[in-house]
Amino acid sequence: MAFKSQDDAKAYWKENVSLMIKLLVVWFAVSFGCGILLVDVLNTIQLGGYKLGFWFAQQGSIYTFVILIFVYTNKMAALDRKYGVDEE
Amino acid sequence: MELQTLTYIVVGMTFALYIGIAIWARAGSTKEFYIAGGGIHPVANGMATAADWMSAASFISMAGLIAFMGYGGSVFLMGWTGGFVVLAMLLAPYLRKYGKFTVPEFIGDRFYSRTARIVAVVCLIICSVTYVIGQMKGIGVAFSRFLEVSYDIGLVIGMCIVFFYAVLGGMKGITYTQIAQYCVLILAYTIPAIFISLNLTGNPFPQLGFGSTLAGSEVYLLDRLDQVVTELGFMEYTTSVRLSTVNMFAYTLSLMIGTAGLPHVIIRFFTVPKVKDARSSAGWALVFISILYTTAPAVAGMARLNMINTIEPAQGENLVYDERPQWFKNWEKTGLLKFEDKNGDGKIQYTASKETNEMVKVDRDIMVLANPEIAQLPNWVIALVAAGGLAAALSTAAGLLLAIASSISHDLLKGVLMPHITEKQELRASRIAMAGAIAVAGYLGFNPPDFAAGTVALAFGLAASSIFPALMMGIFSKRINKEGAIAGMIAGITVTLLYVFQHKGVMFVADTSFLGDMSPNWFFGIEPNAFGAIGAVVNFTVAFFVSRVTQAPPQDIQDLVEHIRVPCGVESAQDH
Repeated sequence: MAFKSQDDAKAYWKENVSLMIKLLVVWFAVSFGCGILLVDVLNTIQLGGYKLGFWFAQQGSIYTFVILIFVYTNKMAALDRKYGVDEE
Repeated sequence: MELQTLTYIVVGMTFALYIGIAIWARAGSTKEFYIAGGGIHPVANGMATAADWMSAASFISMAGLIAFMGYGGSVFLMGWTGGFVVLAMLLAPYLRKYGKFTVPEFIGDRFYSRTARIVAVVCLIICSVTYVIGQMKGIGVAFSRFLEVSYDIGLVIGMCIVFFYAVLGGMKGITYTQIAQYCVLILAYTIPAIFISLNLTGNPFPQLGFGSTLAGSEVYLLDRLDQVVTELGFMEYTTSVRLSTVNMFAYTLSLMIGTAGLPHVIIRFFTVPKVKDARSSAGWALVFISILYTTAPAVAGMARLNMINTIEPAQGENLVYDERPQWFKNWEKTGLLKFEDKNGDGKIQYTASKETNEMVKVDRDIMVLANPEIAQLPNWVIALVAAGGLAAALSTAAGLLLAIASSISHDLLKGVLMPHITEKQELRASRIAMAGAIAVAGYLGFNPPDFAAGTVALAFGLAASSIFPALMMGIFSKRINKEGAIAGMIAGITVTLLYVFQHKGVMFVADTSFLGDMSPNWFFGIEPNAFGAIGAVVNFTVAFFVSRVTQAPPQDIQDLVEHIRVPCGVESAQDH
């Protein structure tokens, strides 16, 4: 393994998991949160012709998902470099 | 030019393109047949994954279902895109690092057990065959319309073409072909949507047009839509929940984790050169997919509005049946659209009430294909949609059949039953497996358990309840052992299958519900299509407790888990 020490390996995994959890919280919030559980409350707000809850369920959550994956890709690339485990 | 001729030309041209590419890139060795040498760029791979992913369910069926479900249809939109986030973060990079051919291979190695591998193969085959049934429904609808024959004949013709197509090329053929298919299907989906959005709202972007005012008025399209559907007695479009909030939650969750557990999507991530690329491939795939998925809700809403406006142009002034438009007559020929003059006035009444509704059958799966005709778009657009629908159905069917073939020939025959089989024999076995899968799925496609997207949702539920939990626990826990994983997979898929079969019949053969008449959706009001989420919970729970009371995995397996968590030192997908 390319880590300098066992501690490094643990720290890398810990940072990886914590990043993942943060992003999954957003993933949950936009879809299950705004799109399903809170939809009635958000529907009282208009976004153009869209009710906001309806917009999250049919548009907003999808845009957020795309952003989430690219944030993850970039942050993980940085993390790999930080611990010297990238593939370059 | 006449529509029929034009459709033949456009469909014929796109087919010639795909088959040409498949021949040009014809698979040589077994390795190429499965994973194309492991050297495909993430953007290209993302595009091919998108084509692979967006099947007849997404293209032909989904918007039609949403058109009649309204807000409730959001489960498909969120479920089938949100799954990629799960896939990119929880599975793809690690499975890529592991670097083998197939999903059961990983499960077999990680859980150091041939039994685990066989259980995974069986789960995978059940999910994939169910998925192919959904594709067959879509293919049958598309062929029946464009050849102007009944649905059953359309299905048989479709089966023959899928067979020819999938057997000819392996993955490599399929990867390049799928890039071409993506281009065809996305153009076919967005061009009519742009036209319709322009007609209705004056905005060329369907995503924005759907939230705009109707052209020449101050009324928002969605408000107008809510108004016309409620006048006919339906639930309000933008707030109509699918059964219950709990059901929608479970449905969405089931589709999301099912996405991450589907073997033919996961196998895509074995074909990129690096772990980093596996992460970004998932991102690119989602970019290409979301172009269709953000357009679909607009297509759905606008199709519903156009359909109602055609049948009842102004309140109380219904369309006279003898003056019905050509698209209506064409779809009547397929048997997927039926009218019955209940009150004998010669006019078409379309309402929410069973007694007065005269549109006695509107198969949801015809809506996307009929949509450009209903909106009176030019013939070349209608022909393009037919070509796109076929591209979507064929590409996914081919990818799935490949996953089925590889799991039977590679995992079951070479891996377990006949380890000394030659490459040539393995390739032949995989082709026989494909033919068998097409025959079974096609046969069940004559009486599919649901509309195309609904059938596919069942397949996702099965994947969610079996494969996904095993993969995730295999990566994120060192403590889950073979006993736990095997018990979990069996428990998860069994619970889900029993619930589904009780509702839909054993092996989807109608009227074979084994417990007699039980009230539908009896478990907290959750419908069978959404039950995969519950199956997954059962799987996780059983695996956790069984692992706790049995021996921890050996040290070399724990080292393997350490190894796949780190990207460096990756080898390209290897032969062995």
